[in-house]
Amino acid sequence: MAPLLDVRDLTVRFYTLDGVVHAVNGISYTLNEGETLGIVGESGCGKSVSVLALMRLIPEPPGKIEAGQALYRGEDLLQLTEEQMEQVRGKEIAMVFQDPMTAFNPVLTIGRQIAETLVTHMGMSWKEAYGRAAELLTMVGIPQAAERCKDYPHQFSGGMRQRAMLAMALACNPSILIADEPTTALDVTIQAQIIDLVKRLRDQLGMSVIWITHDLGIIAGLAERVLVMYAGFIVEKGRVDDIYGDPRHPYTLALLRSLPRVDRSIGDRLVTIGGLPPDLLRLPEGCPFAPRCAFVQERCRYERPSLRPVGPEHEIACWVDV
Amino acid sequence: MTEEEAPPLTLRELFWRRFRRHKMALFGLATLFLLVIYSVGGTLFFTEAYANRTDTAMRLQPPSHEHPFGTDTVGRDILARTIYGGQISLLIGLTAMLVEVVIGVTVGALAGYYGRWLDSLLMRFTEAMLNIPQLFLLLVMAKFFGGRVPNITLFGRTFSGSVVVIVLIIGATSWMYLARIVRAEFLSIKENEYILAARATGTPTGQIIFQHILPNAIAPIVVSATLSVANAITLEAYISFLGLGVQPPTATWGNMLEGAYNYIETAPWLWIFPGTLIVLTVLSINFVGDGLRDALDPRSLAR
Repeated sequence: MAPLLDVRDLTVRFYTLDGVVHAVNGISYTLNEGETLGIVGESGCGKSVSVLALMRLIPEPPGKIEAGQALYRGEDLLQLTEEQMEQVRGKEIAMVFQDPMTAFNPVLTIGRQIAETLVTHMGMSWKEAYGRAAELLTMVGIPQAAERCKDYPHQFSGGMRQRAMLAMALACNPSILIADEPTTALDVTIQAQIIDLVKRLRDQLGMSVIWITHDLGIIAGLAERVLVMYAGFIVEKGRVDDIYGDPRHPYTLALLRSLPRVDRSIGDRLVTIGGLPPDLLRLPEGCPFAPRCAFVQERCRYERPSLRPVGPEHEIACWVDV
Repeated sequence: MTEEEAPPLTLRELFWRRFRRHKMALFGLATLFLLVIYSVGGTLFFTEAYANRTDTAMRLQPPSHEHPFGTDTVGRDILARTIYGGQISLLIGLTAMLVEVVIGVTVGALAGYYGRWLDSLLMRFTEAMLNIPQLFLLLVMAKFFGGRVPNITLFGRTFSGSVVVIVLIIGATSWMYLARIVRAEFLSIKENEYILAARATGTPTGQIIFQHILPNAIAPIVVSATLSVANAITLEAYISFLGLGVQPPTATWGNMLEGAYNYIETAPWLWIFPGTLIVLTVLSINFVGDGLRDALDPRSLAR
């Protein structure tokens, strides 16, 4: 069966005054119907840019999608016109943003903002759309939804706004929900609630989810497959059990080691990865992780490894295989 | 405490609370209200035909029981003319402001939202317009277009075509500052994440510009529009005073001053009444504009 979304060789660059930023460098992955894909990596590794490119929401200029395809149900999203893209955004692929405090327009009511999607995509009248908006808010667990529809964003708490964001994203029953670090700005108990909510709605509505995060703990209980990104490259991809149980790329290994653990004694210091990610203005010739890698070999410094299979559905971009 | 139990203030209540604190703005609002009553309610007592009737036997009469504000150089009643002139002056102020807002917001929004070559093109044009002195432009345009527009009959009244000309040229020569304000607002508002979020739900561009960005920029637009009403009234008075504005018999406060300079000392009632009304109107609007600015802009100091 053809995957729902098939991204091939996606390359995004930003042409800035300082030079060319190599934000995403030829990444390929697939997303199947009903599947949850996690994308992990540290800040600035191209996670967000790669999904914004799918939605064609990269500011152009300075950004430019240099190469690649993103086949959604066989249609290349990167070739669509802006008008065609407006039909995809929100209706086929919806997005939830990191900071719920800034993702709502302060001068429009919550209900108005949810209803707008319905009017745009489902051809509803405003009256119908407000009714449906209230139902959606109820679905994401906001009490007295009909009343709360008339509230402005500042009258909602952070957790409630993220719920409302979800309601807005799910309004038109999208096939794919892209969640760009949706819990980073929330405190831990609210995080857990939002994650449970997404899981429940995913199963209920049968949609696929792309979940971007730098928190490996979240992905473990949520995703079926995981991409690990570093400096705009995918360095490891595989099923979630393989990534956590049998990481093969030195970066993934280092990431997992640096997780704080409850079973460690209190005096121990947290393990970190030494050094910094490479400057995306000047990508190294060899493996981008080589300068920080504990397993580095001579070859790593001048020859860039590409993804190779190391197990069923498990690939790494590394010469060493740890 | 009853205060703690009170429901939170709505935006409108907050606005009114801040506006009320600005005493001059309240004074301005009240004066404007009276001026509107004066120029609209006055029509119940005098007909327009009476305001335009000339009687050379009664020229330059000082204020009397029959003509409380006196008569002008051709014997028209000044009280009646200030009433009908007020309507035209206020109408010109409001409609010229609308023309200005439509042009200014459109240019500013397009330049600010789309940026790149469109921004450069529109902003260079705006700067070019700013470089030409507005009065010079107004006089040339008034001379050029004056008399080319036929008279218009609306609601059973005939308006001189020159009113339309004046409105359009005042609007067309004063939108530049507003355009720059709107552009600056758009440049900063469009970078907000909620605009990205709106685009991510497939909201069409037109809706983003007018329903998502524009409401966020409304405060400076309202303030600027208010002040430009006063500005338009002054400009109309200026060009009408020079004889290039609204043509008689249609009265405006501005063209009532035309010719009065020959009688500054001998017949002061010719200019005192329309002049005072212009000053009162412009001052009141400016006070209201200041009050609006303080009430709408959360960063302003006068809280």
